[in-house]
Amino acid sequence: MTAEISKHSPKNQLVQAFQQLLPDEAVLTDAEDLRPFECDGLSVYRRLPMVVVLPETAQQVQTIMRLCFNAKVPVVARGAGTGLSGGALPLEDGVLLSLAKFKQILEIDPQNAMATVQPGVRNLAISEAVASHGLYYAPDPSSQIACTIGGNVAENSGGVHCLKYGLTVHNILQLKIVTVDGELLTIGGETLDSPGYDLLALMTGSEGMLGIIVEVTVKLLAKPERAQVVLAAFDDVSKAGQAVGAIIAAGIIPAGLEMMDKLAIQAAEDFAHAGYPRDAEAILLCELDGSNAEVSEQIMTVRQVLKQSGATEVRSAKDEVERQLFWKGRKSAFPAVGRISPDYYCMDGTIPRRQLPKVLQYMSQLSDEYGLAVANVFHAGDGNLHPLILFDANKPGELERTEEFGRKILEFCVRVGGTITGEHGVGMEKIDQMCVQFHSAELSQFHAVKEAFDPEKLLNPGKAVPTLHRCAEFGAMHVHNGQLAHPELERF
Amino acid sequence: MSSQSISELLQTQVQQAANDGRALNIIGSGSKHFLGRQCEGATLDVSKHRGIIEYDPCELVITARAGTPLKEIEQTLAESGQMLAFEPPHFGEQATLGGTIACGLSGPRRPYAGSARDFVLGCKLLNGKGEIMQFGGQVMKNVAGYDVSRLMAGAYGTLGVMLELSLKVLPRPAATITLFNECSETDAIQFMSSLLSKAQPVDASCYYKGQSYVRISGSEQSVIEAQKKLSGENLSQHSHFWQRLREHELSFFNSDKPLWRIMVKPATAALPIDGEWLLDWGGAQRWLYSDVDASTIRNIVQQHGGHASLFRGGDRSNNVFQPLAKPMQRLQQRIKTSFDPNTVFNPGRMYAEI
Repeated sequence: MTAEISKHSPKNQLVQAFQQLLPDEAVLTDAEDLRPFECDGLSVYRRLPMVVVLPETAQQVQTIMRLCFNAKVPVVARGAGTGLSGGALPLEDGVLLSLAKFKQILEIDPQNAMATVQPGVRNLAISEAVASHGLYYAPDPSSQIACTIGGNVAENSGGVHCLKYGLTVHNILQLKIVTVDGELLTIGGETLDSPGYDLLALMTGSEGMLGIIVEVTVKLLAKPERAQVVLAAFDDVSKAGQAVGAIIAAGIIPAGLEMMDKLAIQAAEDFAHAGYPRDAEAILLCELDGSNAEVSEQIMTVRQVLKQSGATEVRSAKDEVERQLFWKGRKSAFPAVGRISPDYYCMDGTIPRRQLPKVLQYMSQLSDEYGLAVANVFHAGDGNLHPLILFDANKPGELERTEEFGRKILEFCVRVGGTITGEHGVGMEKIDQMCVQFHSAELSQFHAVKEAFDPEKLLNPGKAVPTLHRCAEFGAMHVHNGQLAHPELERF
Repeated sequence: MSSQSISELLQTQVQQAANDGRALNIIGSGSKHFLGRQCEGATLDVSKHRGIIEYDPCELVITARAGTPLKEIEQTLAESGQMLAFEPPHFGEQATLGGTIACGLSGPRRPYAGSARDFVLGCKLLNGKGEIMQFGGQVMKNVAGYDVSRLMAGAYGTLGVMLELSLKVLPRPAATITLFNECSETDAIQFMSSLLSKAQPVDASCYYKGQSYVRISGSEQSVIEAQKKLSGENLSQHSHFWQRLREHELSFFNSDKPLWRIMVKPATAALPIDGEWLLDWGGAQRWLYSDVDASTIRNIVQQHGGHASLFRGGDRSNNVFQPLAKPMQRLQQRIKTSFDPNTVFNPGRMYAEI
């Protein structure tokens, strides 16, 4: 009797419809098959979906969406699952739609400097595929060897080169999306703009709330002739912060401008042996790229500015090997910090750069107050902070204290004119902090925009934009015993 | 009157219009009145809501009220050696920041530096219910909430009244030269397209009256080096060529025929439409004076993967922008409604239905 009921349950009917549409291995319902999909890069949140589907054509996605729409079943889209805010966290009563089989590079068009790819193509694979034409795809999130372009669009991913080359939103031309009711729509175009509202910007960073991305056309850039990195050490974090402003005031837009504080420097140096000065209070890594002549001129200027800003040491990488080594230290800062503490929380706020000394001072005060150490790695060029709060989850109450600490940092970011998330997205993690940054009119407007795309609220419900009722506790990226969900990936 | 009371006045006007079901026509200086479709409605004058609110050159961000004259903003930036890198056309002495972003207009540097929308970081917006809202911010990286600020760029004021805008700004290049070459249109298209995969400091290129023009900008030395690699004659700085192109002041633009803006992929071969052509944006934006009927032009452009809009003149009561396919049209209507449920703002300026 029970079996009979469940056979005709809406869930079973939906699964059966999926099984008719897709091969057996592309419809997963057993708990052990669902397990790999229970979380994304923010593994503190875990939940098994009702069913996982792995389509491989846009038509299949359209049919899946129509089936789900008619059955009023929510859908969570997933790329590589490397996201850091729980945006791909499944729903128990929902379908998890994996785009993992959309792996083809459909067209490379060097004459127009663009490429059309499926959403499951890895970020780095695009640059590799177009390298022979002297081109590359600029945004380089730290997980670029694994993260996929569809997820990059959904999160508006950044990286270390954003200040000069922009975010994902600045580097894509066209999307094909499947709407909640199974319609295939083209957003943007192969031309530099398209008629009507600029929905391309709206879709980028919309965290799977507005549509399912099934194709992406990216803009490609000519590879710069030369890249060079300068390392500068400081005996005072504030001086390093001021040096960042001074470089920009000198009319230079570095390709990358990164800062680390003492704790991060020491952890990274012990881990990567990058040749960082262990006694420095802060270091800056400043990468310059462009034509040979431009880079030479800018290096001279930057060295001078750094010295005038009170750097105790200024070093240019003498060759490509040393340049890579300088970066290796920075890129391994997260796992390096993971080695010196049982747990850490990674925050992701952005602030106007001039507020850096104030924010660092505030964090150091909080650090004393809470008795918890903070290591700072910082995309200094664009004001994106990644404070890592060190703690031990096995000590009673320490996790809660850490969360409160993190909350205060993000609230402070908003207070000084910044934002709660620079590049990791809101997802599940910062849903409550949205209430700090936005008022009810704005949140209502977000919901109205969502409704224009998804009136039944079936696409990734419960993420990115909180309901007006919901303003509870904040969360953060919680890493236990240094076990990041993708420990093999560089995190910066 | 203080800026606070001006924005409150605007808010009241919008609320009253929404209550009475009246349409409003948002006007800054009126310099871009010729763009888009003709639309009815009482004037909502935002030009008094002006002034730079915050500008710190080290932050690369400027925040100003929407009615601030573009000229004032550019002068302020120039004093600190910075600029609006999308090189916006003014089309009038008193052109405002708000109008520039609302029309989403960018100049010759667009394909190399980005568009007006690319440089938008945040905005304060008055929606059709008369609510004042703040989206985005004054920082480069911000992924909290949907990107509503950039949605305003090119929306022709149909979604709301922009009250304040924050834009990313960039340093002005230390040196700039322009090289020109006599060549055929086909060769020019190929040449401009080839620049896309060359790591050269090119920041503008166009083809006009049998000549290709390339602007090189960067540090002194890099411009000298690039000049050696890209041959051509040096154009006098005094000609203000790019500024006159941007403002449609070159002799090409002296015509009474309808002016079409044709967007195609840059490497697209010359299109078979009779008329006078000027290719800007490395071939990606093409200007056409032609008497050929609108549907023929649109069909040909669409076959080549592009879209066409009637920029100046012609019949402005009909479609001015490339018509949208039905599902997209319905989605855009729903988005319009989500911001402006009573259809207060600029009804019909973009399309009859929004």
